[in-house]
Amino acid sequence: MKKRVFVTLKPGVLDPQGRTVHHALDGLGFDGVEDVRIGRLVELELADGVSDEKVAEMCEKLLANTVIENYRIEDAG
Amino acid sequence: MNTAVVTFPGSNCDRDMMVAIAEVFGKQPVQVWHRDTALPDRVDFIALPGGFSYGDYLRSGAMAANSPIMREVKAAAARGVPVLGVCNGFQVLAEAGLLPGALMRNAGQRFVCRDAQLKVENTQTRFTAGYAAGETITIPVAHHDGNYFADEATLDALEGDDRVVFRYAHATNGSRRDIAGIVNESGTVLGMMPHPERAIEAAHGGTDGRRLFESLARSLAEAA
Repeated sequence: MKKRVFVTLKPGVLDPQGRTVHHALDGLGFDGVEDVRIGRLVELELADGVSDEKVAEMCEKLLANTVIENYRIEDAG
Repeated sequence: MNTAVVTFPGSNCDRDMMVAIAEVFGKQPVQVWHRDTALPDRVDFIALPGGFSYGDYLRSGAMAANSPIMREVKAAAARGVPVLGVCNGFQVLAEAGLLPGALMRNAGQRFVCRDAQLKVENTQTRFTAGYAAGETITIPVAHHDGNYFADEATLDALEGDDRVVFRYAHATNGSRRDIAGIVNESGTVLGMMPHPERAIEAAHGGTDGRRLFESLARSLAEAA
């Protein structure tokens, strides 16, 4: 069983990395880019029966820092 | 006086911290490894040094915050044992939940390595009693992830309780309200990005960091 955890900065938390990449995209001539936010993808290979609640606990304890980040758990087959 | 310095894989300021403590306290600290499960008996002071613990994997300080020795550090902090986290040590304390907020990538994206002027905002702590109120001191900074973030309510609470101990005199890394160092509610856990252990003797180019260790040594001696 595979799960994907997407960790993203909370809205309102400045993302200097995203801003720099945004500038770079502008510099490359890509028009219409309104905002860039960088996050992190964690792929978990899990034994059957590991609940989403357990994965959420992993996020709360380690994978995300909930002071600055949100997380979203997705099934990945 | 029993002191301890925790070394994580990737710590690189542990030796500087040990020299600073040995010089001021007059006794060699015990070097504790991240995998150790005990601190020295009757430990009076614990320091978490700077560096790049676990290669900054996941987030700076995130892995170290969950290492075995941190359970003991948390327990000691809960007993009121003073804990100082410098640079990566501050990141570890924030990740471990011993201090509020988080240290993010510097707003300018660059590693900042230079002397920083700091305003001493609270001289009533065990770490800062040797400074004059409102004094500006010079302490080196060297970090990539020193951009202090907390939500407005947390920042207001920190300010209201005089828990902002050091503030950058000039914008340095994008930190909210130019915060360079904070203490926990009881004032016994201090986290700061600048490196006081790098300003201990004249050969370092300044000695403003020495008084931090002297303040604590005096406070511990008085309490003994």
